[in-house]
Amino acid sequence: MNKQAQTQSAAQTDNDQNVAEVKLASAGSVCHVHDVSKIYRMGEVEVHALRNITVDLYQGEFAVLLGASGSGKSTLLNILGGLDRPTSGEVFYRDHDLTRADENGLTRFRREHVGFVFQFYNLIPSLTALENVALVTEIAEQPLDPVEALELVGLGNRCDHFPSQLSGGEQQRVAIARAVAKRPDVLLCDEPTGALDYATGKIVLEVLARVNRELGTITAVITHNAAIAGMADRVIRISSGEIIEVRRNEVKVALSEISW
Amino acid sequence: MKPLNKILWRDLWHLRGQVLAAALVVACGVMSQVSMRSAYLSLQNAQTSYYKDYRFAEVFAHLKRAPESLAEQIRALPGVAQVRTRVVADVTLDVPGLAEPASGRLVAIPERQTAVINDLYLRRGRYIEAAHPDEVLVSEVFAQANKLDVGARLGAILNGRWRELTVVGIALSPEYIYEVGQGMIFPDNKRFGVLWMGRDALASAFNMQGAFNDVSLTLTRGAEEADVIARLDQLLLRYGGLSAYGRPDQLSNRFLTDELGEIEISATYIPAIFLGVAVFLIYIVLSRLVVMQRTQIGLLKAFGYSNLSVGLHYLKFALTIVLAGLLPGTLFGLYLGGKVNNIYRDYFHFPALPLVISPEVITWAVLLSLLAACAGAIAAVRRVSALAPAEAMRPEAPANYRAGLMEKSGAVRWLSASVRMILRNLSRKPWKALLSVLGIGLAVGLMMVARFMLDSVDHMMMVQFDLVQRDDITVLMHDPRPAGAIYDIRQLPGVLNAEPFRAVPVRLKHGHRSKQIEVIGLSPDSGMRQIVDVKLRPIALPPDGLLLTKKLARVLGVTSGDTLTLEVLDGQRQVREMTIAGLSDEFIGMGAYMDAAALARLLREVNMISGAWLHIDPAFAEPLYARLKRMPAVSGVVVRGAMIRSVQEIVDSAFNLISTIEMLLSTILIGGMVYNSVRIALSERGNELASLRVLGFTQREVVVLLLGEQALLTLCALPVGLLIGYGICAALVPAFDRELFRLPLVFSTQTFIYPVITTLIAAFFTALLVARRLNNLDLIAVLKTRE
Repeated sequence: MNKQAQTQSAAQTDNDQNVAEVKLASAGSVCHVHDVSKIYRMGEVEVHALRNITVDLYQGEFAVLLGASGSGKSTLLNILGGLDRPTSGEVFYRDHDLTRADENGLTRFRREHVGFVFQFYNLIPSLTALENVALVTEIAEQPLDPVEALELVGLGNRCDHFPSQLSGGEQQRVAIARAVAKRPDVLLCDEPTGALDYATGKIVLEVLARVNRELGTITAVITHNAAIAGMADRVIRISSGEIIEVRRNEVKVALSEISW
Repeated sequence: MKPLNKILWRDLWHLRGQVLAAALVVACGVMSQVSMRSAYLSLQNAQTSYYKDYRFAEVFAHLKRAPESLAEQIRALPGVAQVRTRVVADVTLDVPGLAEPASGRLVAIPERQTAVINDLYLRRGRYIEAAHPDEVLVSEVFAQANKLDVGARLGAILNGRWRELTVVGIALSPEYIYEVGQGMIFPDNKRFGVLWMGRDALASAFNMQGAFNDVSLTLTRGAEEADVIARLDQLLLRYGGLSAYGRPDQLSNRFLTDELGEIEISATYIPAIFLGVAVFLIYIVLSRLVVMQRTQIGLLKAFGYSNLSVGLHYLKFALTIVLAGLLPGTLFGLYLGGKVNNIYRDYFHFPALPLVISPEVITWAVLLSLLAACAGAIAAVRRVSALAPAEAMRPEAPANYRAGLMEKSGAVRWLSASVRMILRNLSRKPWKALLSVLGIGLAVGLMMVARFMLDSVDHMMMVQFDLVQRDDITVLMHDPRPAGAIYDIRQLPGVLNAEPFRAVPVRLKHGHRSKQIEVIGLSPDSGMRQIVDVKLRPIALPPDGLLLTKKLARVLGVTSGDTLTLEVLDGQRQVREMTIAGLSDEFIGMGAYMDAAALARLLREVNMISGAWLHIDPAFAEPLYARLKRMPAVSGVVVRGAMIRSVQEIVDSAFNLISTIEMLLSTILIGGMVYNSVRIALSERGNELASLRVLGFTQREVVVLLLGEQALLTLCALPVGLLIGYGICAALVPAFDRELFRLPLVFSTQTFIYPVITTLIAAFFTALLVARRLNNLDLIAVLKTRE
């Protein structure tokens, strides 16, 4: 993290003033998105994926980003995860300015702080469950033990199975184990249940809730499934590239009571 | 354009890199086939028409001297069509501008030009005139090498008398398409040449009026060459005849025929390697395309396209690759065929050696490469037709991996995750891995073969000129002289040491096999000629009995300790049973050695010598050469250093072109293999790699994962390739096991290092070319797509 700070310090000197202000404005926030817009150019058409969005993710929370397909929620997740840069606005992870980080800086950010869970799991087919997890722990600083990570998602007995020998739900749980094994500060999940049936989807959500509870990892789940919103600390609704509602659930609904 | 064809063009454009790589390999295959076949046909056609148009003889014989009237008897032999008797003499020449004496073969021609056997083609100048006995025609290469033109004069010693000869014409003969002196394998056109002189002039110079010492025949249709040779030998026996021989043993024809045989071998295995690799490349590109277009295939089938039309669609893809390679391959093949032909022009001298552009050769190239396309396409597309439309539209099940030997043995614990991924990927498709290794291995092997030829010739030269022949100059006498002649030679300027030898033509017979060679008698403690065994260790000359070169022993079917019949073809023609006392190993020619004393006893003569080997002081070379040029007894002088230099020049110039081509071909082969393998790996594992990038792997780490597999394959291919190269060389060696020379199976270190380094460099840069594409990995798309 120190190296990160050093490489970015030059870029940040000019903006110290600025940064201080932003920090003040978003006390307690870990990820801070400020006035971000994202415009894609698709041929001759400009697509406004995000319009002047400001949002924060707070320590330890479980957030659900809810929106229809094409609403811009994935774009927001990509920007939060350091996969994409906004067209305008600023994105901070603690004191790192992601807007000004170069390709290496973003890679390091993802490597050190972010866990990703994909809709289609994206496990490495040539590695066993355990090895898929170990692949990430090898490059992390203070990782969980890979076996422990698999136990966390209830797959302690499937360590030596290859992806092709696992069900979709199991594969997604391995993916979650892989994402959390490096003890990320933020876990970003893009439609984690999108490819799963109802029952398996619920198991996966349960695992995500457990990770959030036990490890205290900030968890942001993207979904178009409104029913899932009930289990979140906060629900951020996005439509046409704008945040139309941020709601804090005073009482979280138990997963067993959720159905869709 | 039909929709399917539109898809075809777009796919081709999309995969243009891989299409190009495969097309290049096809082009190389076609090029090598077209160039070598064309060169082969050109040489063969030139040979056939030259032999026919200029009446190249079919049987040849040399003798001491026979009256011209014998010609009638020869003509009367059954099977003989035409007879030409000649006077032929080897002489020492003094060529302007050449310090060393040159050897010339003077061949008699009719005073007035008429159609004869072994007729001449007059390139420039005019035919000789009877009124001017000193006029000669000179062979084109000798004239070129010594810059002699019409009007030039050169000195010669004809039967002890110095004469000045005038060049009036430059000519070529079917007898000397490959113009080398007896016992030489590489031409030294500066120091050996053929001269044609009027029969009367030559005969009177050598006291051969009304006589001849050389005869050549053509045969009637259906005549048995062996019968004619036997009868001719019988007839010439009284006249000091050496064994008659047919075309296969005629030196120039022998070299040409051997060369044709060699091109034929190369024209088969080299294109085969390339087309084999092309099949593989087409197969892997199409296999991948079919996997990626699984849904599209399902859709097409669901719309009602038949298996055949879908299959044909992919076949067209393969055919386009081949067609893209065919045209440049053919054109460049013809261009290169012309280049190869030019090299042949330096070795083989025809009135004309035009490049034959044969429709048949091109048709074969087209057919074979189309066949390659079909083979590759059918192997890849087989699965398409088996696919039901509904199944085809579902994505393919995830790649299947199971615990294998590596996991069960526990070895896996020691390996890093990236190594495990690489090894498992390879073990999942062992055939593909094997073929990749083989493909690159063949390229490595090909490079090795070109280098091996050079090593082999180097070694051959080293053995012959460093170990065996250790004299600086060999002086040959016209006729055997009393041993006292050696004292005269020792008195010559610059001669440090001179050692006499006796050489006598003999026929060795064992069972039904026989061979005519020269036995060399030398002193057992000779410092000029060292006889070596297979391991190049010096062997002592036995006091009695014969020492044969290994090849001669094999030709005769004898070995050490056997007895054979030796018939002296000179003087009193003694016939004796001789024991083979040992075998020596030499790579050039075939011969036999005896202790000079034993040979003298055999010949019942006292101290005669045929020539001498000299060590000289280089500072006195010029005056020595000048003296030798004018010594009547000397029939020829061989200067070792000049011969080595001349061979080196020939080898270098031929090798430069061959190694450049070989390098180009091998690099394309390696590049094509590596490029396509890595592109396909990228296509297959792009998602995997992008996921890893999302998970925080750096660009470099991902590159290692992508290229690691290829690097491993390439590294495996290196020893395999060296083995393949060794195998090809070992297989070529028997093809070069000739009576004239043998290629030893030896390799220099560079021959191993050079292909390895070239391969690594070619593979590295090709891989880098693909690796740059990793910059464009779509990290965002990977979150949403499923392979």
